[in-house]
Amino acid sequence: MSEKLFSLLLKNGRLIDAGQNLDGNFDIFLVDGKVRELAPTLSVTVDQVIDLKGLWVLPGAIDLHVHLREPGFEYKETILSGARAAVAGGFTSVACMANTNPVNDSATVTRFILEQARSAPAKVLPIAAISQGMQGEILVEMGDLVEAGAVAFSDDGKTVPNSKLLRHAMEYSSLFEKPLFCHCQDNALFADGLVHEGVISAAHGLAGIPPLAEEIDIARTIMLAEYLKVPVHICHLSTRGGVELVKAAKARGVRVTAEATPHHLFLDERAVVDLEYREALDENLKPSMLCYNTNTKMSPPLRSAEDVAALRQALAEGTIDAIATDHAPHEATEKAVEYGLAPFGVVGLETALSLALRLVQEGVLTPLQLVARMSSAPAEILGLKDRGSLAPGMAADLMIVDPEREWVVDPGKFYSLARNTPFAGWCLKGQVVKTIVDGQIVFSL
Amino acid sequence: MGFKRKDLLGTRDLSAVEIRTLLESAESFKEIAERPLKKVPALRGKTVVNLFFEPSTRTRTSFEIAAKRLSADAVNMSAATSSVVKGESLIDTVDNIQAMAPDIVVIRHRYVGAAHLIAGRIGASVINAGDGANEHPTQALLDLLTIAEHKKLEPGLTVAIIGDIAHSRVARSNIWALTTLGVTVKVCAPPTMLPRGLEEIAEICVCRRPEEALVGADVVMMLRIQLERQDRLLFPSIRDYARIFGLNRRRLELARPDAIVMHPGPMNRGVEITSEVADGERSVILNQVSNGVALRMAVLFFLGGQGA
Repeated sequence: MSEKLFSLLLKNGRLIDAGQNLDGNFDIFLVDGKVRELAPTLSVTVDQVIDLKGLWVLPGAIDLHVHLREPGFEYKETILSGARAAVAGGFTSVACMANTNPVNDSATVTRFILEQARSAPAKVLPIAAISQGMQGEILVEMGDLVEAGAVAFSDDGKTVPNSKLLRHAMEYSSLFEKPLFCHCQDNALFADGLVHEGVISAAHGLAGIPPLAEEIDIARTIMLAEYLKVPVHICHLSTRGGVELVKAAKARGVRVTAEATPHHLFLDERAVVDLEYREALDENLKPSMLCYNTNTKMSPPLRSAEDVAALRQALAEGTIDAIATDHAPHEATEKAVEYGLAPFGVVGLETALSLALRLVQEGVLTPLQLVARMSSAPAEILGLKDRGSLAPGMAADLMIVDPEREWVVDPGKFYSLARNTPFAGWCLKGQVVKTIVDGQIVFSL
Repeated sequence: MGFKRKDLLGTRDLSAVEIRTLLESAESFKEIAERPLKKVPALRGKTVVNLFFEPSTRTRTSFEIAAKRLSADAVNMSAATSSVVKGESLIDTVDNIQAMAPDIVVIRHRYVGAAHLIAGRIGASVINAGDGANEHPTQALLDLLTIAEHKKLEPGLTVAIIGDIAHSRVARSNIWALTTLGVTVKVCAPPTMLPRGLEEIAEICVCRRPEEALVGADVVMMLRIQLERQDRLLFPSIRDYARIFGLNRRRLELARPDAIVMHPGPMNRGVEITSEVADGERSVILNQVSNGVALRMAVLFFLGGQGA
């Protein structure tokens, strides 16, 4: 554990806080785990002063969608290793999905996750399953789970095929004001698909996953939420059609929110066979990357360039509320196999913020929008009133970013136990140099 | 002139010169099959491992005969008898084979990219004998060798490929190789077996009905319909498929009078092709099989380091 500080003064940094609509140089006074005061210049007696000239101060990022693999798959990731990866990437809170073993469908598992998280540097927010065992048949004990600390409900990794069950999940969870996070996928259309149904599937004979497989289920989910007048959150939007459905629903007043992942915002289907990935790879993984890079295999798949453009536009205009990583760690040998046999998923916690900064550099987002998509909107979606902004009284959860620092993504240096990133070798500009949770420095570069 | 690659993984990235080099070399190997002693010492001392993770009779035998006629030592390994059934990963299997120092590994595998995975892993040359629905380069090249016996492989020639395009590595490898040589390719499949977006990436003409594809064709290439695919809702019945897409004598009359008929085998007689056509005078189906040995000898010869 890092030292427990009573008070900390961050001087001369550029504070960017969408929650307060602030972007400018502020001194920030942190006391006892909370933000005490912000002012252009502050002179107070504190335990430690840090000069942040040239650096940015942002509210800690909140990831709505990670897989921490514990309990059950500790060889892929643990709550501790995942949380370390989180803070190294500027995430101070992460919401972890329920597809562990056992599934997080009972208060016992939720309490176990929170117990494991006590020694973790990031705040871990358990998302409980919607259905028992994620089998899509019987609702979990939502009341019990909420009391134990569940922040949302999701059968992520799977859809809830039974519309009646999904309806009742929406109705029942609204009792606790906890959102449903929906992984939208029509199983019959998804079938044994591996990649986006497009030019790569056609040319290489890889089974395609049509955009429709996602959009049909998004439409169903939105229709249920609209009918029931309840909020719903759509996970990992990947297609233009999905964006249009969410946009139209929002215009009608449906309480729908949506997230997109960095990989869907930066990569399209061609990455599956793109040889430029060849150079930068970890020696052990090289063979599987030669042509069919299994670190481009995730669900939903990398879509067309047109879809990527639509996602970026939707992110800029706010149709997509949040950037979430869908951090999905897998062990190296699990990915070093035939494309068709590799598990779906890529890690994202340690690259997301720098990629989001790249969106700023490319003019897709303003710095304030970046903070909105990574901090304030996720906090709002989860109903977390103590974070997502650095207004006085809020938790002192923040990251310090060097916007000029250039670095090369080297999976060998990840804090995550897993290495399965499609961004290995990418040269990125802007990096987290310090992360503070509840007023304590939990990460320093 | 030579063929200077370490591996033959597909026809997609072969140049016209490389294709013609292999075809010319294969042409010269044809004659060996007519000798009383069908053996030349070209690859004496070389080891060729046939690594077949999918059942195959024709292709595996063809590679084995080709290797033996070049005096290489050919070893067959099939998945049913291998450690694969014990759960060994492909990489471990291949590392073990590499440890026995083969010169050439011929691989067939049900997953796309398996040959590429191995090629990046081992020093031996790798020949892709079929990876999922992706590529089967030696089949396409032997098809070209067969076409060249009857037609000029050049712009102006029209080849119709009819059948399950979506799941066919034979179709893909033929499309890449033929279009590289400037040949006109018309494809026709049930809409459920036509990959979306194929026209965007290949210089081909997609026809709705087989009749459209057949008109003016110099070569008619029928694909095997995989009967087990019926479970997958792709077509209502064998009977319906045969009625609409099967090649019979009447339909063949739409093609050029001197058109040849090809099939990569194994055939479903009475389904995609009638026996009358398959055994008819315009069928070159058995020539394809003969040419397969010569073509594979040429590929082994170059990859074995003798043709450079």
